[in-house]
Amino acid sequence: MSESFDIAETLDVKGASCPMPVVKTKSAIDDIAEGGVLEVLSTDSGSMSDIDGWAEGTSGVELLEQVEDGDVYKHYVKKTN
Amino acid sequence: MSTDTPSTGDDESMTEAQLLARIEELEESVAELEADDDQKKMTIVATQGTFDMAYPPLILASTAAAFGWDVVVFHTFWGLDILHEEKSEKLQLSAVGNPNMPMPNALAALPGMDRMATRMMEKRIDENGTATIKELIDLSLDQGVELQACQMTIELMDYDEDDFHDDVTVGVGAATALQHMAESDIQLLV
Repeated sequence: MSESFDIAETLDVKGASCPMPVVKTKSAIDDIAEGGVLEVLSTDSGSMSDIDGWAEGTSGVELLEQVEDGDVYKHYVKKTN
Repeated sequence: MSTDTPSTGDDESMTEAQLLARIEELEESVAELEADDDQKKMTIVATQGTFDMAYPPLILASTAAAFGWDVVVFHTFWGLDILHEEKSEKLQLSAVGNPNMPMPNALAALPGMDRMATRMMEKRIDENGTATIKELIDLSLDQGVELQACQMTIELMDYDEDDFHDDVTVGVGAATALQHMAESDIQLLV
């Protein structure tokens, strides 16, 4: 499903735990252009809830999709402005 | 009747232009209030300087900054050690009086036990991919968190302002902390 997104950047935070997936996602989003989609790869199961909550509470971002792929949790976050 | 209540006569004496100007004024202040509301603020007061207690304020602060919140962590008493360049490297977990430790207090009180408990915890933290205290401090500062060191307790603990990590705010006291707390949506004492 992820192939349908035009991914601007991939952030690999595999092995890192809370709060790193969210904090690094925020930094990576700051660095991409408006309209771009950031792919985040994490092994932290808490990242499913955390990145969802972060995207919900943060303006200018939209969580497009979250996929569990084996041990890796994939998140697709769009920078809306 | 209260003198504060405008009489009907006063209302009628306002021209349409005056009313429109007043509406515009009120709309502006509503917009300002709404804009203010968007920017969430959090103040954490960090009073503890043990290895385990250094984590919650730093994790919450760096995460809140990722939400775009305006975050202040006010460090006082032993909480200062988290920001102290030398001491933050040597924070210890207390084995005594900690019911989560798999050893009786009589053993935990033996010399070297705090050190051992701390090493064990550090190992777990490393294995779990949890950030170190130093990493969380750098991360928080990078994200724009204001880490404040209480001036009164710097002097009380006989520390020097230069002992702290760069970018730590010194020369602040309870009034500064309260001022930010009053404007904050979230206030936590750790």
